This record gives sequence, structure tokens and C-alpha cells, in this order.
Amino acid sequence: MAKLTFREEYCKGCGLCVNACPKDLLRLSNTRLNRKGHPPVEIAEPEKCIGCASCAIMCPDCVIRVEK
Amino acid sequence: MAVVMDKPHALLDVARHYCPGCTHGIVHRLVAEAIDALGIEGRTIGVAPVGCSVLAYDYFACDMIEAAHGRAPAVATGVKRSLPENIVFSYQGDGDLASIGLCETVSTACRGENITVIFINNAIYGMTGGQMAPTSLVGQVTQTSPYGRNPETQGYPIRISELLATLDAPQYIERVAVNNVKNVRAAKKAIEKAFRNQVEGKGFSFIEVLSSCPTNWGMTPQKALEWIDEAMIPQYPLGVFRDKEAGK
Repeated sequence: MAKLTFREEYCKGCGLCVNACPKDLLRLSNTRLNRKGHPPVEIAEPEKCIGCASCAIMCPDCVIRVEK
Repeated sequence: MAVVMDKPHALLDVARHYCPGCTHGIVHRLVAEAIDALGIEGRTIGVAPVGCSVLAYDYFACDMIEAAHGRAPAVATGVKRSLPENIVFSYQGDGDLASIGLCETVSTACRGENITVIFINNAIYGMTGGQMAPTSLVGQVTQTSPYGRNPETQGYPIRISELLATLDAPQYIERVAVNNVKNVRAAKKAIEKAFRNQVEGKGFSFIEVLSSCPTNWGMTPQKALEWIDEAMIPQYPLGVFRDKEAGK
């Protein structure tokens, strides 16, 4: 069981985490924008996350906190 | 649940100005993680360059100094010699380190100053809007090489790590990339080692990081990471060019 927390006000919607996820669980929101106007990252099925932290490793803005 | 990964303590909790997908943010985090891992935040002094990372002094939790363009290794030398117990690093881009500051870079390496230099190579001038850098690839289109870099008139890209590895004094020189998870993990190890060398008093450590510039390369952030694999690594091979500890 792993848990991701997003500091989404820091997200710039670059999508590097989306491409890094080996389980293809992340996506950029298509319904919301953060205060800077970027579509923040979301996790589609949180229960499937394996906590590998690949997303956090590729995130340039320290948006993702990974717990396991 | 245990925390597997979070923002390192040595990075301040502020928004950074870098473009979306710019890998400066990853390298900032790796430097901060090395500072955390070695427990040296309270005695580390960083020297920021001129270029995109000019505002790095607003992002690291340690003391920071802003140097004149290209002069970060010279400033770092002065700080280290006057405060030898402190850990001193410079963080510079290619327009800073490989162009206007080439003399300071080579001289500091030649003296083997016990400092750590982090060199971001993204083959372009970022802050000023995408002009050709000394590290731009042959054929690379930039604002000042609209038909591609032509070696007959503009010379060839400069391989700084190999150049510095011809000197006797440097302790450790490695080139890494931050374009995928595996390479970022390797870059983290290299940067941590470069700081540990200084803590142990071993001498000049230099890490060149192949980095991306999606904005000025005119690519999506993901495509820019792929371009590092396709175009940059063939010109700038990854690896350790000097490691006195390992007899190299």
C-alpha cells in the first residue's frame, strides 16, 4: 500500500511524472487548473500505486510526496 | 507508513521560476538531497551563477552568494580558502561555465581547489532566449545559428569534462544525465560523492549534468528528455573521467 500526496500549487503540468509511472496511473487534470493556470497531476487509481517513487524522481518541482 | 520521497530539507518551500519540465529542478533536488544526506546544511555555502539558475540563491536553504558571470569557481575558491571548514559548491550552466567563465573553470580545476562544481549542460543559452552556446551540437538550430551550427565558422561543441580530465589536479570528474529514472539515480550518487569528497578534503570534484531546455529547444518536456538520449549523449558520453579514489 502506497500513498501519493501532491503539492499541486507547485505543479507546472509538464507531465514528466505521467511518463515515468510504470503502472500508467498518473494523468494531468482535464477539469481543474491550479492558481498558476497549470493542469495539476492526479492519480487515477490510487490503490494500484506501488510506491516506486519514479514520478517523484522525475518531478522537477518536488510536487510529489511518496509514502509506503 | 514511511516517507519514501519528499522535498529535501535543504530546498526551501518556495515555487521556482523554471519553465515547465526544465530539469534544473531535478538537479536542485539532487544537490539538496546530497546536502541532507551528509548533514552539512548548516555549514554549506553555495555560489549561484548568471543564467537561468541565477535565482538559485532563493531556493537553497544554505547560505548562498551570487557571483559575476562565469566567476563562480573563483568566488568559491575565495570562500573555501577563507572558511576551510565550510562546504562550498558552485552551480553553473554552460553559458556561464563553458563560455565566459572557461578561464576560471580551468584555473580552479588546475589548482585542485577543494570545492564541488555542478555544471548544467543543456547545449543552449536559456535565460537570454536560446542563443548558441559553446556546447551547442553541430547542426543544432538556435536563435544565433538559424541554419544549424556550422563547425566551419562556429567551431565544434566543447567537451568540458574530457578537457578538465587532462589536468593533474582534479579528484573526481563525472558526466551524468537526468533524462530518465535510472540516470537520475546515477546522477544522485555522483553528486553525493562530489560533496563527500569535499567533506573528506580530497579536492576538486566536478559533475557535468546533461539537462534539458524544452522551451528553447522547441520541444515538449518529454521529447526534450528523449533528445538527450538521441542527440546529446552521442556527443557527450556519460561516465567517470577522473576518480583518483579508484585510481583513474
